[in-house]
Amino acid sequence: MKAGSNLERILKSGQFAITAEFVPPATGDRELIERQALYFKGHVDAANVADNMGAVVGAASCAVSKVLLDLGLEPIMSLVTRDRNRIALQSDLLGASLLGIRNVFCTTGDHQKFGDHPEALNVYDIDSVQLVNAVRGLSDSGKLLGGAGCDKVGSFFVGAAADPFGEPADLMILCLGQKVRAGADFIQSQPVFDLEKFGHWVRLAREEGLIEKCSILATVMPLRSAREARAIHEERRGVEVSRDVMTRLEGVLEPEQAQEGLKICAEQMQALKEMKGVQGIHIMSAGREEVIPELIKKSGLETARAKG
Amino acid sequence: MIIAERKPIKELLEMLAGHDKVLLVGCKGCVTVCNAGGVKEVGVLASALRIARRRQGRPIEIDEMTLDRQCEPEFISWLEEPIREKGYTAIMSAACSVGPQYIAERFDKVAVMPALNTKFIGGTLEHEVWAEFCRACGNCGIHNFGGLCPITRCSKGLLHGPCAGSSGGKCEVRPEVDCIWHLIYTRMKNLGQVEKLKALKPAKDWSSYWSGGVRRVVREDLTL
Ligand code: SF4
Ligand code: SF4
Repeated sequence: MKAGSNLERILKSGQFAITAEFVPPATGDRELIERQALYFKGHVDAANVADNMGAVVGAASCAVSKVLLDLGLEPIMSLVTRDRNRIALQSDLLGASLLGIRNVFCTTGDHQKFGDHPEALNVYDIDSVQLVNAVRGLSDSGKLLGGAGCDKVGSFFVGAAADPFGEPADLMILCLGQKVRAGADFIQSQPVFDLEKFGHWVRLAREEGLIEKCSILATVMPLRSAREARAIHEERRGVEVSRDVMTRLEGVLEPEQAQEGLKICAEQMQALKEMKGVQGIHIMSAGREEVIPELIKKSGLETARAKG
Repeated sequence: MIIAERKPIKELLEMLAGHDKVLLVGCKGCVTVCNAGGVKEVGVLASALRIARRRQGRPIEIDEMTLDRQCEPEFISWLEEPIREKGYTAIMSAACSVGPQYIAERFDKVAVMPALNTKFIGGTLEHEVWAEFCRACGNCGIHNFGGLCPITRCSKGLLHGPCAGSSGGKCEVRPEVDCIWHLIYTRMKNLGQVEKLKALKPAKDWSSYWSGGVRRVVREDLTL
């Protein structure tokens, strides 16, 4: 155990973890964050606190992570390289260490074109692999990218994203390998709808020897309706809703589609739990956190911590 | 070359408000090649502006002149005489943005305005289509990527492979543009150099870019 987080303990001991995406709204109201946290606390092992997800402004991931910590909900602080250069990112990491945040998740972030300030200047000083590397340097040897040392920086448990569905498959594995070599401890995938394709990617990752070096969490996304499924499939970059899932949603009347969506998602969670090489589930509820407790209950995957 | 594009007539008319005698200066360099500011374009633009101003009830006198290059002070000198003799109140430059800045620094009594938007360092893809190839980071490393530039041609400047938005070989940010990571990967595969892509690249030193302050190149070997 280096970082000492709950998530690290669970994954390193070979247990199955459940995490979920916590998207901070654009608010300065702590109570709102606290209410949102109720859907996570006691249900998931840790919550990913998004960093201006979709390039839409929300409360800072660092601050919201601290609010969650105060509430007894373990945060995974997300950091994207879109908005901040290496100076600001490392400063945030030191801040996170001061606040007792132990998990960080590094991505490049959605392009600002898709957010609420498309006219903004982006940064992209470093990319996600280099950010993972920066976290590692700070965490393992107290070293900043510029070479200077820092005192008493806590260790971090580091996550990164991976895309099992991009083409060609060997390029996707190459990308995963880079993140693992840079020092990622865990990986959360793009949303999975096609279990077969996902299984193939996990197999390739295992053949490359990457599964032993990091924990793979499969992301699931409960869909509310066939309409939403179509919209996500068409508009959300990197997400492909499989034909099977679409057919099942379309097969029930509209008012029942939300329930069917939860059912499909719960079944996928069970199947993913059985998949060799998968160490956890990450739930992306796309703004509907209230379904998280029910979804987990339906899947029968109540987490160790929730029981305790 | 530098790729530029003419600004909308409406914007140019707004700039010219209050000026009745103007010199429109083109350039025979890059902007001629990309059909934005050569002799022909200067002629067309001057007529369009004259017609528009006549319609507005305030005719404008526009002289035309096209220099061999506006990015050389030597050629800018050609403007001295006409500016002195003709009494222009404004010079509109149809060159890349180096031109109007040189003119502004040289002639302190006339207003200077850009007729073009300087877009990027690029090349021609097909007739009337130009694309960006280089951001002038100041320290070229494309040999590590099969000779293709991810810093410029990936919308996020990624150095370790594509983002999840890459789809069907196209970039999520501009679907009409190729995802450069697909081209890089295909090329590295053809070259048998995929292994090279696996290496972790250190955070780029941007001090050779504009981040290091306004840049200069000094060639001491060439100084007289
Ligand atoms: S690496 Fe730098 S100099 Fe080379 S093409 Fe890319 S931006 Fe231009
Ligand atoms: S789609 Fe390709 S080119 Fe566009 S941002 Fe992603 S990796 Fe870069």
